[in-house]
Amino acid sequence: MQYPTQEHNMNTMKQSLSDRLALLSDAAKYDASCSSSGAGKRDSAATKGLGSVSNGICHAFTPDGRCISLLKILLTNFCIYDCAYCINRSSSNVPRARFTPDEVIWLTLEFYRRNYIEGLFLSSGIIRTSDDTMSQMVRVARELRQTHKFRGYIHLKTIPNASPALLAEAGLYADRLSINVEMPTERGLADYAPQKHAGEIRHSMGEMRTHIDAAKDRTLTGRKAPRFAPGGQSTQMIVGADQATDRDILSSSSSLYTGYKLRRVYYSAFSPIPDASAILPVKAPPLLREHRLYQADWLFRFYGFQFSEITASRPDGMLDLELDPKLAWALANRAMFPIDLNRAPKEMLLRVPGLGVRSVQAIVAARRHRQLRLEDLAKLKVSIRKIKPFLYATGWSPGRLAEQQNLRQLFVPQPQQLALF
Amino acid sequence: MAYGFILDDHTSFSAWRPLARQCFLADRAPEEIEWRCASAETTLFDTPLVAPTPKNGAEPPVLRSKCLALLRSILRHADQTRFALAYRILWRAQTEPALASIATDPDIARALNMHKQVRQDTHKMTAYVRFREHGVAQNGRRSFYAWFEPDHYVLPSVAPFFSKRFVDMDWVILTPKGSLAWNGETCAFSPTPCAKPKLSDDIDQLWQTYYVSTFNPARIKTKAMLSEMPRKYWKNLPETQLIPQMLADAPARVAAMAAQQPRPAPAFHHRLQQRHASAEEAPALVQKTQLGSGT
Ligand code: SF4
Repeated sequence: MQYPTQEHNMNTMKQSLSDRLALLSDAAKYDASCSSSGAGKRDSAATKGLGSVSNGICHAFTPDGRCISLLKILLTNFCIYDCAYCINRSSSNVPRARFTPDEVIWLTLEFYRRNYIEGLFLSSGIIRTSDDTMSQMVRVARELRQTHKFRGYIHLKTIPNASPALLAEAGLYADRLSINVEMPTERGLADYAPQKHAGEIRHSMGEMRTHIDAAKDRTLTGRKAPRFAPGGQSTQMIVGADQATDRDILSSSSSLYTGYKLRRVYYSAFSPIPDASAILPVKAPPLLREHRLYQADWLFRFYGFQFSEITASRPDGMLDLELDPKLAWALANRAMFPIDLNRAPKEMLLRVPGLGVRSVQAIVAARRHRQLRLEDLAKLKVSIRKIKPFLYATGWSPGRLAEQQNLRQLFVPQPQQLALF
Repeated sequence: MAYGFILDDHTSFSAWRPLARQCFLADRAPEEIEWRCASAETTLFDTPLVAPTPKNGAEPPVLRSKCLALLRSILRHADQTRFALAYRILWRAQTEPALASIATDPDIARALNMHKQVRQDTHKMTAYVRFREHGVAQNGRRSFYAWFEPDHYVLPSVAPFFSKRFVDMDWVILTPKGSLAWNGETCAFSPTPCAKPKLSDDIDQLWQTYYVSTFNPARIKTKAMLSEMPRKYWKNLPETQLIPQMLADAPARVAAMAAQQPRPAPAFHHRLQQRHASAEEAPALVQKTQLGSGT
């Protein structure tokens, strides 16, 4: 098997399409975003072309546990910037390659026809100028939509400082736009991506937000505003490359979600790359850290938690690696438990460790008709052992949680016993 | 002799509905009706089945829409007891109208579980069908074939998804539980079981290249992969045969990255730095647009 960054074919003239696909997907894979949802529903029944969009489908999974939903590639991995964490930075020795817009269009359509993907996620290193790069990306999207009647998903990375006209055109064809904040703090960005500026990234996000909001309203004359990225915008932060704590990261997320109405913030555990810059840490952070951040993000988006509550009890600002953040929060706020399964408001049920959104919905619907016992929850595939200290139910009373000292021990995964040889 | 019906595996909700109604109007309780699958093993002791006769003036059953949707879904399940379960829920719901909302009830818990499996099967089919190009159809359109092995009788329910997505090409999906065929105008379902065809497509190689390259060897999470893409799907996917080799090579690839000494930056980088430095001395030359993010 041939891997992209092995040094074959440094000569760009001789690279086959397959060689370039290998290089330009390898270079794009450090972006965690792959979602193809949030753009509403549409199909090709009336337009007789190709493609539809609904909830977003994962068409394959790689052994790194990530889903493949979109063809995630770069137009080119040449870049005039030198961001330390990036495989494409100008000082890296990776082989370089580029696609023509027509090649990207062809690959997208052929992959789509075989049901490998939901659509395209196109990004690029910066060649020459922002507008130059951005206009090639927009061309890909425009031709897919207009020439090929393609109605699948398109996610475009936007280039800061690209002209407003290009941005507006990108929004016309793309389902989602994104720009990465990269580092959780301004300090981190200045250290690792000296040519990028936090202010400019935020400015772009603000501009996109204005466009997205406007597209949802009617104009003064009552006509609909032009389409603009109905799937909203997203961003990514790199975790573990700099000194930022989980609290720093999550407070950044908080302002991104509320200030710029982002649909998603992705967290990408800094991952070793070939020909890495010397200023990067040698060791990658544990993948578990990234997982805990996603769990915290999930609690914010679906469970009514504020980010500040999640990290409030952590003296060093880092999430507990041993316990998931919901359980850690409950143990830190044990005075609020136990609560009554048959009477507690839905918002409180959502805070019980071990109860998911679906189980809570099922409980609220079922308890209208009958009194629930603890055993009933087994039918919902809920772990009774885990939730029992937090709930009263008909025929069950757990005693005051606040008085149980060793609660944490109950949940922390036990270390494996060492066997004598 | 007993009351009941022999049903074909493909019996849909709309085909089952009049039979269930007939039993109900005959005032036959769930224990009195046998719902036998045509594909079930027959034994010498199988009693012949007769359809019950409705009573004059009997009131037809009523169901809430939530319950109706649940029954519709579980009748796509391959479990041979699905018809009996559906009839029991129909029967009980007459005196317990909110039954379908009580997820903790044993019958409903089972039905919901079946519903979940059907939904998953449908979803996985939309994800893991792989079309392979096979010549040109008679009408000049491009033509594709796929082979898939669904666990349940979901073909009719996935037909709209495929016909509204792959509109400008002809395609056929063959399965052991029947087939779907699209010609740009109509989508035809046939219950006749198909055999696995020999299919190949050159584009699969590019897809494999993509699959290998988008994998990050520094993060191995096979459990997460397997929970979403269980092994039973692997045999029909063009990419999964590469997984063992990818996993085997991963440690060496990561070790090579760690062992790599920092190398001098390429000449291209130095030229950029120089240009940047001279631009700083003469700010008028700085191009305002040179800022941005790629990946
Ligand atoms: S701008 Fe920075 S992050 Fe983007 S491709 Fe260039 S070096 Fe990488």
